[in-house]
Amino acid sequence: MTQPLVVLDHVEKHFDDFVAVRDANLTINEGEFIAIMGPSGCGKTTTLRMLAGLDAPTSGTISIAGQVMNDVSAHERDTPMVWQSLALFPFLNARENVEFGLKMRGISPEERRKRAMNWLERMEIGEFAERNVDTLSGGQRQRVALARALVTEPKLLLLDEPLSALDAHLVIRMQSVLTKLQRELGITFVYVTHSQSEAFAMADRVVIMSKGDIAQVGSPREVYRAPKTRFVAEFVGRNNILPGKVAAIAQESVSVETPLGTFNVQGQAALGASASIVVAGDIMQVGEGENALTATVISEEFVGSMVTAFLEAEDGTELKVQVQERALANLNLETGNTVTLGWATQDGHLLLEDR
Amino acid sequence: MTLFLRTYLVLVFGFVFLPIVVSMLFSFNSDRFPTLPMSGFTFEWYQTIFADPDFWRSAKNSLIVSGTTCIIATSLVFCTAYTDYRYSFRGKSLFLAIILLPPTIPLIIIALAMLAWFSRVGMSGQLTSIIAAHTVLTAPFAMAIIRLRLSQIDESLEAAAWNLGASEWRAMREVILPFCKPAILSSLFLTAAVSFDEFTVAWFVSGLNKTLPVHVLEIVQGTIDPQVNAIGTLVFGISITLVVISQLLIFFRLQRAIQ
Repeated sequence: MTQPLVVLDHVEKHFDDFVAVRDANLTINEGEFIAIMGPSGCGKTTTLRMLAGLDAPTSGTISIAGQVMNDVSAHERDTPMVWQSLALFPFLNARENVEFGLKMRGISPEERRKRAMNWLERMEIGEFAERNVDTLSGGQRQRVALARALVTEPKLLLLDEPLSALDAHLVIRMQSVLTKLQRELGITFVYVTHSQSEAFAMADRVVIMSKGDIAQVGSPREVYRAPKTRFVAEFVGRNNILPGKVAAIAQESVSVETPLGTFNVQGQAALGASASIVVAGDIMQVGEGENALTATVISEEFVGSMVTAFLEAEDGTELKVQVQERALANLNLETGNTVTLGWATQDGHLLLEDR
Repeated sequence: MTLFLRTYLVLVFGFVFLPIVVSMLFSFNSDRFPTLPMSGFTFEWYQTIFADPDFWRSAKNSLIVSGTTCIIATSLVFCTAYTDYRYSFRGKSLFLAIILLPPTIPLIIIALAMLAWFSRVGMSGQLTSIIAAHTVLTAPFAMAIIRLRLSQIDESLEAAAWNLGASEWRAMREVILPFCKPAILSSLFLTAAVSFDEFTVAWFVSGLNKTLPVHVLEIVQGTIDPQVNAIGTLVFGISITLVVISQLLIFFRLQRAIQ
């Protein structure tokens, strides 16, 4: 399980003057589900296309299963991809689409048919095998695309925002189909997405990219609770970021002086260094705590069992607090109210600004 | 549709097709001169042309020319349109402008220029010269149809084929060509029809190898002969069939795209 399958070694990709990927170093293990996440234009799709051989790295090397792949052209690799647009062949029916990869490998028609039908049935769309792909629903087309990519039994499957065109309820269904499939097959999935919920729901590790750089690699939990850069802290959802300077240092904690007050946080830093405290929205809560500040409620966002309240501190900093919908009634969080927000020192996260 | 639009439509179609219909009717008229009322029904004029070896020769020439032209024009244009779709390069707009240029030049100028050019390179008066000229003339029609189809292709489709193990040639054969098939067929029929009908340039460059439209003109120049109506009816029948097939292919493809 822990054999490295894909190694990116100082990989760069330039398009004329534009640097799409800068000095990327990444090891992906066999059987791992990796999500590459970031805003559009961050280089995530370019990274995926380099793995597929559709774009060549400007410098650095990419190896798959120990073999340097830089000079191996796309059609000689076994790195099938599930496309954002699905890219099903409109003039072929579902079964012929799935057979395509086998046909290119020169497998006999009977064998092709058998294996394609096998996969279509496994994806629970066997009955639609002879249907034109244009007549299938979004979810069915998605399954055809998956079957087409998996039919050659690759070691590595690349997925480029495959769920972005689906309805919300289908996304959840396909997420469980994907995770189940990945666990059963034991192959490596590299999944590119801009959706944090998709990445966190499925991936063993997430890679967060920003403007061509890999900003952080870690488990969803690590990335969520211990962001390494301000970008990551802002990108992974409902974090409150309180920037300031280290004002005092103790054995295992430091005090950071911010415009909203001086707060304690675990960690080590030099006196006078620029530092921020990151407090996740579900950790900062209404009420007193070891650290506390006051803010005024601006608005609320209802997303089912959780409610996010948006507040403004005295100096205009926007703060976010996530609370259980059923607990809302007792919290005095009506718009316009001023409330005290607190959190425990050990729950904050120290972020040292390196740039 | 309002009554006004309906009437307008009928008038426009009437204006375009009435002369053709009249010519068709008189091709079965037994009187030598086209006067009303018609004197009687006859197949005489058709029998005359079918007995005329000149008719058969020019008909054969027309078929050879349009059959060859449509294949050469469509193949060349497919390569050009694919180049345009796939690559960007310096001078690309000039490259496209040259292909799309012919309709903007008066036919008589093209015809004269072709005649001068062909005689200089020793190609005048042959079927190949008509074919070459018609290829240039019909290319813009083929270009319009094939480019439209290529513009509808999902950008990832070709890359998806490579990704699944198809080399560039294989992807062309297995993905791009099947995707463009309706447009290619449609282009074949349309360029064949345009070439089959074309008179001006053919008249200048054909020399002794007359095509059917040139043959018709030669009859008309000498006499008033109802044979012309008969030939016209045949030529019209062939051309309109080719054009209608071409349009149906485009239409059904669009219908499917809309669904």
